[in-house]
Amino acid sequence: MRLGFNFWLGALLTLLVVLAGVLAPWIAPFDPVFDADLMNSELPPDSTFWFGTDGQGRDVFTRILYGAQISLTVGIVSQVINSVIGVTLGMTAAYWGGWWDDLVNGLTNVMLAIPSLIFALAVMAVLGPGLPSLLIALGLTNWSWTCRIARSSTLSLKSQGYVQAAQTLGYGDLRIMFTQILPNMMGPILVMATLGMGSAVLSEAALSFLGLGIQPPFPSWGSMLTDARQLIQLAPWVAIFPGLAIFLSVLGFNLLGDGLRDSLDPHMRTRNI
Amino acid sequence: MLRFTLRRIWQIIPTLIVVALLIFVIFSVVPGSFAASLFSDGRRAADPQMIARLNEEFGLNKPLMERFITYITDLAQFDLGTSFRTRQPVIDLIADRMWASLQLAIAAMVFALALGVPLGFLAALRPGSVLDTVTMIGAVSGLSMPQFWLGLLLMYLFALQLNWLPSFGYGDGSFRNLILPAVTLGVTPLALLARTTRAGVLDVLSADFIRTAHSKGMSEAKVVRWHVARNALVLIVTTVGLQFGSLIGQAVVIEKLFAWPGIGSLLVDSVAIRDIPVVQGTILVIVLWFLLINTAVDLIYAAIDPRIKQE
Amino acid sequence: MTEALLDVRDLRLGVVQKRATLHAILKGVSFQILPGEAYGLVGESGSGKSVTSLAIMGLLGKPLSVTGGALLFKGQNLLDLSKREMRRLRGNRIAMIFQEPMTALNPLATVGRQIAEMYMLHQGKGRQEAQELAIEALASVRVPNPDRRAKDYPHQMSGGLRQRVMIAMALACDPDLLIADEPTTALDVTVQAEVLRLIKDLCAERGTAVLFISHDLGVIASICQRVGVMYAGCLVEENETKALFQDPRHEYTRGLLGALPQLGSRSQNGRRRLVDIDSIIADRSKLTETSFIVPRRPQGGQA
Repeated sequence: MRLGFNFWLGALLTLLVVLAGVLAPWIAPFDPVFDADLMNSELPPDSTFWFGTDGQGRDVFTRILYGAQISLTVGIVSQVINSVIGVTLGMTAAYWGGWWDDLVNGLTNVMLAIPSLIFALAVMAVLGPGLPSLLIALGLTNWSWTCRIARSSTLSLKSQGYVQAAQTLGYGDLRIMFTQILPNMMGPILVMATLGMGSAVLSEAALSFLGLGIQPPFPSWGSMLTDARQLIQLAPWVAIFPGLAIFLSVLGFNLLGDGLRDSLDPHMRTRNI
Repeated sequence: MLRFTLRRIWQIIPTLIVVALLIFVIFSVVPGSFAASLFSDGRRAADPQMIARLNEEFGLNKPLMERFITYITDLAQFDLGTSFRTRQPVIDLIADRMWASLQLAIAAMVFALALGVPLGFLAALRPGSVLDTVTMIGAVSGLSMPQFWLGLLLMYLFALQLNWLPSFGYGDGSFRNLILPAVTLGVTPLALLARTTRAGVLDVLSADFIRTAHSKGMSEAKVVRWHVARNALVLIVTTVGLQFGSLIGQAVVIEKLFAWPGIGSLLVDSVAIRDIPVVQGTILVIVLWFLLINTAVDLIYAAIDPRIKQE
Repeated sequence: MTEALLDVRDLRLGVVQKRATLHAILKGVSFQILPGEAYGLVGESGSGKSVTSLAIMGLLGKPLSVTGGALLFKGQNLLDLSKREMRRLRGNRIAMIFQEPMTALNPLATVGRQIAEMYMLHQGKGRQEAQELAIEALASVRVPNPDRRAKDYPHQMSGGLRQRVMIAMALACDPDLLIADEPTTALDVTVQAEVLRLIKDLCAERGTAVLFISHDLGVIASICQRVGVMYAGCLVEENETKALFQDPRHEYTRGLLGALPQLGSRSQNGRRRLVDIDSIIADRSKLTETSFIVPRRPQGGQA
């Protein structure tokens, strides 16, 4: 399995984000929520406040570090939910076929007909803002892609020899699905999940920016950008750093996912003649 | 071809119905009494008697089944309900803002196509070159960037610092106002188009019939024009179609950022104040739009590739 | 002695990177094809026969490259020609047909259009005229209802028909040399016979020389007057077809022929195992050191 440049760069960036989030309580110079001194508001980057301060006098650098925790949580949890739903539905649909397959397909088509951000917006409208609702909303969008992949993988794996062997041995359906089929499609699923983390972080940022996601004063990178909008002329650094953080982490996830995909199956994009 | 067209258009209807159902189910969960407690000037009603009266007015205390039937029959007559806040028919509110959103989406897509496809083509024809590497790095960056952040930066640079373009708003509807939002919105599709065009062209270039074309004595340029382009077009069209989905979603954020008076900002504002009928109606319209685009893409695809029609 | 149409002289070819040959594929191959002659090139996969044909056409992709020798076509060294000059020859004077007709044709263009391209490209004909000529070309390869078929797409035709289309395309401009690289391998046996007969008849009719590449000795025997055997990048034996089959000199050729089941051999020779190459050839690496090239007989004696 050759791991190219993409993969390593992506892994590096992702590691940076993870370290930022995990080590935040120890390396952050201030408290992200409570160290807010209006006397210090809108200060440009200097030796005390490495990234400057925002409109409430909070240290931007600290908030960026703590923001990593939120982004990582959102990314990981939403993708776990996505994958669980997608894999379960897709795998069972392909394995059992019949009306269940039709139902899942129909549902998938409907989900694909609604742009994901719009759907997330709708769910947030119902559940109200905040982290838990955000996790649910993002977990419920985009499972349709995972479902499609799981379904087509299962369809082709279903006819493999070892599956049929297990069937003759009397293994139950669920057991076969989870022990024989699932391990063999982990590759593409993992790739989707990694790439999905990037899109989840972007969605969270967008929703928080709109005021519908993580609410202030929690240091979500997206909500930091909402304040930034008002301050853009006076304090552009408030806009630059959170956005940069989002960019670099999503870039990391995307490169990681791309790298995984390229090494897992270099022929994935080759035409089969 | 005509039959194929009609069949595809016909297939939209069941999906649309299910989506409408889904939307209704999701939003009937919202406590109707809370959602309706708005006066037309936006103030919340606190007095329970007031709330009860408002509920009565909007028919929100009727049983679920009855509400559902009203919903469906209204939909069939293109009545999307009435806004809780402004008491205006939702469909009017949407119609007012439709054109602005269309302008934005089309402008963004044109921008993305005009730059993305040629870049992808050139990158594929010279694999491993500087142009190729730069294009691919640019593409993956474009896909990783939060669009509204880019919008903020562009706004800062071009509007506030350089004063070349207006920083937000529709203004008098002139082209200048469209540039920043369209470019911001178009960056993601551009990145994706560059990438997929490159992959598609590379795929086609390694196909056998390209070798045949070369053996016939065709020059590189002719081969690209006649054989590569047509076959790569299929992939490009598919990508454009897929992109429109996320474009509409992203447009919501961009419209809010640039205070662009389209359906997107209408949706965001309505969600913020829990103006449920407007939210429902807007989502339905957006979904319809998306389905229509997809069907159009399918039709173009079938027109280009003769193998598809034989279903 | 008539001048050779194609004269391959000590052709060397290999995988080249930064001017150094990493891996030699052709190690000095020489043979000649006379005008109107059908010459067969036999060998197993990896022997270098396909790569030879690509080199003649100038279609070698990186990292393969010609590292030595000359390719004389009608006296001109093809390796010295510019890209543009080579393009004018390709399809026009030297044409090629490939193994997989399904993938060798553009799926998105009609068959008629793809043939017409040849006339527009090399003879400067207008679209209308080219289309008509394309229909005539289809008729010449014995495609029924050529005017209707011209409007078909490749996926609407069977493998045999597609190969005929390829032949029509290749012979459209009446080339001097037709290179056929395993054209029948992907076809059913009955269709194979028809296509082979077609190639034989058309080329005999027009005086087109054929370089026929195959691993199938039976196919070669039915078309070619002269055969060259390739092994591991060298030409190890060359002779008139009949002579080669009757009296194979080189161990490898003998192995190849011995591996062919022969009708009636049981009654003649009793029950015997089919010979496999490894049992004849003791040491493969020493194999290519000797080669048996039987020179052509002077004109009068040609069979």
